[in-house]
Amino acid sequence: MLDNWQFIAIFVLFAPLIPGAAIGANWLLSPKKPNRIKQETYECGVEAVGSSWIQFKVQYYIYALVFVVFDIEAVFLFPIAAAYGLLGAFAVVEIVLFVLILVAALAYTWGDGSLEWV
Amino acid sequence: MDFQPPIINLLIVAPLLITMGAGLFLMLLNIFCKRDGVYYWLTLAAIAAALVQNVAMWGHEYGTFIARGSYPMVVSDNFSVFLNSILLLSGIGTLLISRNYLHRTKLERPEFYMLMLFSLSGMMMMGMANDLILVFVALELLSIPLYIMAGLAVSRDDSKESAMKYFLLGAFSSGIFVYGIALIYGATGATALPAVYAVLEAGSPLAMAGTAFLMVGFAFKIGAVPFHMWTPDVYEGAPTVVTAFMSVGAKVAGFAALLRVFTVALPAMSDAWMGALALIAALTLIIGNVVALMQTNIKRMLGYSSIAHAGYLLIGVAAAGQHSEAVGSVLLYMLAYLFTTMGAFGVVIALEHKLGEGIMLEDYKGLAKRNPWLSAAMLVFMLSLTGVPPTGGFSGKFYIFRSAVEANLWWLAIIAIMTSVVSGYYYLRVVFYMYMFDGDRTEPVYAGTALKTGLLIALVGTLWLGFFPAGWFELAYKAVIGTTQLLAGG
Amino acid sequence: MGNSFVFMLLAVIAVGSAIGMLVSRDAVHSALFLVLNFITIAVFYVVLNAPFLAMVQVTVYAGAIMVLFMFVIMLLGAERLRGMWGDRPSELVFAAFLGFLLVVTFLIALVMEGKTAVSANMIDSSPVALGLRLFEGYVFPFEVVGILLLSAMVGVVILTISNKRGKNV
Repeated sequence: MLDNWQFIAIFVLFAPLIPGAAIGANWLLSPKKPNRIKQETYECGVEAVGSSWIQFKVQYYIYALVFVVFDIEAVFLFPIAAAYGLLGAFAVVEIVLFVLILVAALAYTWGDGSLEWV
Repeated sequence: MDFQPPIINLLIVAPLLITMGAGLFLMLLNIFCKRDGVYYWLTLAAIAAALVQNVAMWGHEYGTFIARGSYPMVVSDNFSVFLNSILLLSGIGTLLISRNYLHRTKLERPEFYMLMLFSLSGMMMMGMANDLILVFVALELLSIPLYIMAGLAVSRDDSKESAMKYFLLGAFSSGIFVYGIALIYGATGATALPAVYAVLEAGSPLAMAGTAFLMVGFAFKIGAVPFHMWTPDVYEGAPTVVTAFMSVGAKVAGFAALLRVFTVALPAMSDAWMGALALIAALTLIIGNVVALMQTNIKRMLGYSSIAHAGYLLIGVAAAGQHSEAVGSVLLYMLAYLFTTMGAFGVVIALEHKLGEGIMLEDYKGLAKRNPWLSAAMLVFMLSLTGVPPTGGFSGKFYIFRSAVEANLWWLAIIAIMTSVVSGYYYLRVVFYMYMFDGDRTEPVYAGTALKTGLLIALVGTLWLGFFPAGWFELAYKAVIGTTQLLAGG
Repeated sequence: MGNSFVFMLLAVIAVGSAIGMLVSRDAVHSALFLVLNFITIAVFYVVLNAPFLAMVQVTVYAGAIMVLFMFVIMLLGAERLRGMWGDRPSELVFAAFLGFLLVVTFLIALVMEGKTAVSANMIDSSPVALGLRLFEGYVFPFEVVGILLLSAMVGVVILTISNKRGKNV
């Protein structure tokens, strides 16, 4: 009898095989006649200009950080959801309070105009 | 498995709820209301309300958030009430001296008040936490807003540098601290302070390593040598009001948690930590005072001075095991430190005519002629920091030295007295500059009503503690007696 | 069930990826090594009977924190690092010495302790048990963490974005 983790282990072993097989088949079957123009990097058919290592706008970062905050919230909610059947009304109040605190964070960021793209 | 909610009495955590709730309210208010004055008054009202509720709890021992078959998560006793009062007063003091400063330096943003309220909640939680997990959460809640506040002057490089240094080193020390908690949990299987006390055996090597790690975390927060490197740079670069706030608040909160954790949970390790703390105290006194001699920037000088004062306070902690009045003397010293430091920073702020300008020793030349009242106030604060009678600083040092002598820490008392004499040089140099030189400064001195009120309170507190220390010491001693376990070792 | 074999395998991967992260001179490669390290540690947690922690490790560390790392690399354009030894090799040697000392201390402590140390199997760390514990004993810290995240968010807004009202930015 396999326990749950062994199922996951089997899944982990087989999962890479499928895209691996697709890419491998492509590599085996496709004709290979490279030339300089074919090798060039392009995006949506447009030739790429300059390096891809450019400095990005700091605005991306605020989204990333807001995401982290809510990611942590989600992590906290997971064990609560698992134990929900046992917890009762007390827990509901506490969860709602916790979520509302973080909603205040979102409201603050939003109201401040930080989420607007400039 | 079944579930039973913990026993909760929200009145006990009311001071925390008021400050946190006010911070939350200000965040939502920020969406609608852009007038800065509103935030100032609301913050002041919230802190005052928290202070009233806090003082009302004097004389009782409470515990709340008690899970079935476990110890309370949060406790309130005279010890925490006393320290919370100091912290809330430091909040009020910061507000008073910041009113005009934030305005003229264009730093006044609602965020300053929110962060201050959050940080203040964390500081108070440090002294009330009865579980290592909550101590850690409180430590973070006090630190993270402070990191941000240090960088509040976003356009200035020194403010950014200050925030960055404080954050990086603070994050490391938090990591070390939480590692210490993990080790103690590994040795005892508990995080509640009384539970750790009940299980811990003397000489457990894991717990010993954990204690050392906790000590590093605390030493960083209170700015003790050799974990003091951040202090002068952060103090110098941060906006002066933030410096004032963290020099009192973060230090008092660090000592609050240090005292509670070490004396409630770790008496079994007391031989080890008392020796180590005595050594740290000696190093802190010597390095803090000696390096302060060379400073020409007042904020930097006060930074080293705050390191030195952490050293004096640590003497009291190191003596805590052998002499029951030692913790009381630490509390009294903190009260004196609150009034004196707040006052000194108030004067610095009045003279800082532009952000980061007017904070050199040179700028104090001839202040006595320009503004006699301000320089008289500064004179009192400098005397108090040196420890000259009849000021609060003298009373604080007197009780600390006495408890050191009674705990047979003679060598430490001698170092402390000698470094006090040394400290006279750099404190009184400020006085010398104010009174003995003719200045050619024409920049205005910004002493508004709020700042004057703050200075007056600080002045009265400093002198009151200086003239009548006995009553205050009795109060501080009562604050310790109430916390019965705190004196379990003595 | 061959736990020690699993442990050895994971240990080699974890230490290897950590070293790879340190010696790699390309910040993006370092970040990828770090992801591998995080995931290996998550598997460690599974082996130690802490599945929830494993999930947190993957979602928060390998997920969110790595996103932050990548963003920082992109923001700074600091993907190429200088030589392995930095500006002051003596500091590196000193740090290595201190790290070695720490490891020795821990080894001694663990060998001497042995009997009293808490073992991972003593605690039920399923998500259900965790949820119950969270609400029985740790409700207050839980809510405070909410406030903590809030203040972090305020910091993000102040320090990264030139606020429209921030006249000073």
